[in-house]
Amino acid sequence: MKLLVPLTPDPRAPLARAHPLAKLGGAAALFLALFLAIDPLTPAIVLAVLLAALPASGLGPGALATRAAPLALAAASIGLFNALFGDGGVAGGVAIGLRLAAIALAGLLSLATIDPTDLADALVEHLHAPPRFAIGTLAALRLLPIFSREWETIGLARRARGIDESSLGDRLRGFAERTLALLVGAIRRATRLATAMDARGFDSGLPRTIARPRAMTLGDGGWLAAAVALALGASGLSVAAGRWQFLLGQ
Amino acid sequence: MVEHGERVLLLGPSGAGKSTLLAGLAGLLARSGAGEAEGTLRTDGSAGIVFQDPDAQLVLARAGDDVAFGLENTGVPAPEIWPRVDAALAAVGFRYGRDRSTAALSGGEKQRLAIAGTLALRPRILLLDEPTANLDPEGAALVRDTLRRVLAAGAMTCVMVEHRVADALELVDRVVVIAAGGGVVADGPPDRVFAARGAALAAAGVWVPGPPPQPPPRRAAPARAAVIEARDLAFAYPGAAAPALDGVGVTIKSGRTLALVGPNGSGKSTLALLLGGLLRPSRGAARDGRGADLARLRARDLVARVGSVFQDPEHQFVTGRVDDEVAIGPLRAGQCAADARRRAGELLERMGLSSLAAANPFTLSGGEKRRLSVATALAAAPPALILDEPTFGQDRRTFGELLALLAAFRDEGGALCVASHDALLVEALADERLALVAGRGAAR
Repeated sequence: MKLLVPLTPDPRAPLARAHPLAKLGGAAALFLALFLAIDPLTPAIVLAVLLAALPASGLGPGALATRAAPLALAAASIGLFNALFGDGGVAGGVAIGLRLAAIALAGLLSLATIDPTDLADALVEHLHAPPRFAIGTLAALRLLPIFSREWETIGLARRARGIDESSLGDRLRGFAERTLALLVGAIRRATRLATAMDARGFDSGLPRTIARPRAMTLGDGGWLAAAVALALGASGLSVAAGRWQFLLGQ
Repeated sequence: MVEHGERVLLLGPSGAGKSTLLAGLAGLLARSGAGEAEGTLRTDGSAGIVFQDPDAQLVLARAGDDVAFGLENTGVPAPEIWPRVDAALAAVGFRYGRDRSTAALSGGEKQRLAIAGTLALRPRILLLDEPTANLDPEGAALVRDTLRRVLAAGAMTCVMVEHRVADALELVDRVVVIAAGGGVVADGPPDRVFAARGAALAAAGVWVPGPPPQPPPRRAAPARAAVIEARDLAFAYPGAAAPALDGVGVTIKSGRTLALVGPNGSGKSTLALLLGGLLRPSRGAARDGRGADLARLRARDLVARVGSVFQDPEHQFVTGRVDDEVAIGPLRAGQCAADARRRAGELLERMGLSSLAAANPFTLSGGEKRRLSVATALAAAPPALILDEPTFGQDRRTFGELLALLAAFRDEGGALCVASHDALLVEALADERLALVAGRGAAR
């Protein structure tokens, strides 16, 4: 449940300051390039450049490692499985592992550096998302660290009631019961929050204004352009080297 | 009928409809649709409302953004928003900048920010639904200070629901008492209302000004044996910069009450968890009278050595029925089903919960949940009972009942330990006090 607590990048880092939509657009371009190519070279280039760009993200190495570790492990184990049992042999396994790792890192860099408030603002301002959805999600997000704390407390309280959670079976049953206890509290709290939001005029039908308008700047465009250039460049280099392989090719 | 500029304290027993009336004044009932409505409610001008849970009122991650939230919703033009945000933050005496993370604020500061978010909308009527009920004494003082400042500044009308009446009296000039089933029972200046209705209100659970409930006279206690003993305890939460507790020694004796006191974050709750064998200390150990390390016991053995009562009773409910909830401790401790049932029946009788035996614990009232949580901790007959903020948010009647229960446990030779901010509780029960400051024992 610790994974529910959002990462907080250093707000002064260049990537952290970039417009959320530039980051989402850039990630989409990279996802597309990584999705279409199944050779190892394209993801290897993307991965190398993204790793070099890590310091610009403003994410602390410790926080980054905790989030990246499970993703890296998943990519490595899927790659290994495919190397051992897949049709493509070792080369196929390496390609799949690299591809997954590059997709995971692109996702982590773009999503983890987006401030949720900025994202909701941008969705409402530029993409005309309904505030009820965007701001509502934001409000719910604020409750996650509270739920994370309550999860721990519920675990201790269960021990106080004489419930052991040492065996695997106990723990699985415990998980279901803890989730239920957490949900009861969560729904109650969320209802109270919704009432408090109502009381401050949320979703009352009046036209809403935006307190933090934010235009796309040249720098934001630069990040988007850099990501698109990386997607095109990696694919282009791979094609030039004669290694590029299309997803649906032979 | 409330005039402009009046400051009204709304009182009544739980379930009288105080919060519903406030929600109605705030215009929050019209859309819900459920229930029956009768009569009319008219307000002249807009009303803003502040609720009791500091964690369920703030919407955004940064303080300034949160105050701006209501202004955005009501369509205030963008250039006007930030001056109004700054004015509201100044009006409540908010000590940090607009960029302050709302998650990093104390409970009292969160409530202060919620008041600013309401004031920014320039309501003519300020409604307060137990704004200090979820706060520790420092937080409550902070909110009262904020309200004093805000009410002194303008001619705003204010209607407040507050259980701890003595603390609210300085802020109001009129008291209205309503009863369950509807109707105003008393209305007028505070002195006159309390002179006429004080005793009845106290009996209904309202914290009227005057002497607090007292525990029953103490019976002679048996010999004092150490039931839980801890030497040089230390504990650090994972990822925390400083240990929550460092080098604390405690003895809990039969027939005695030890109070753990100290400000928020001083380590009271952590110490209570360690003494209850729920957390494993990073140094030292909490041991029972026979020398067993409580943190290493299996949970089913632990329940017969020490009972723990958490601040929020709901965290420790694990079944769907009140009687099952009490029986589970004895069952886990190895008693047969018939014995566990009998024990549960006895305890429910003593707690006044027999009629609710088949109810779902989550549906009980606040006071009933509190009594049930004490019953569950006592069910496996442990020699020691540890409670974390047991009187938090409780009305006067539950407070009195709890005092009587705990005093009876102690007089029967039970060893009692309470971690609490509540000066009334500590005053009434404590034989010894351990004051904690930043994770260290300060004085006994």
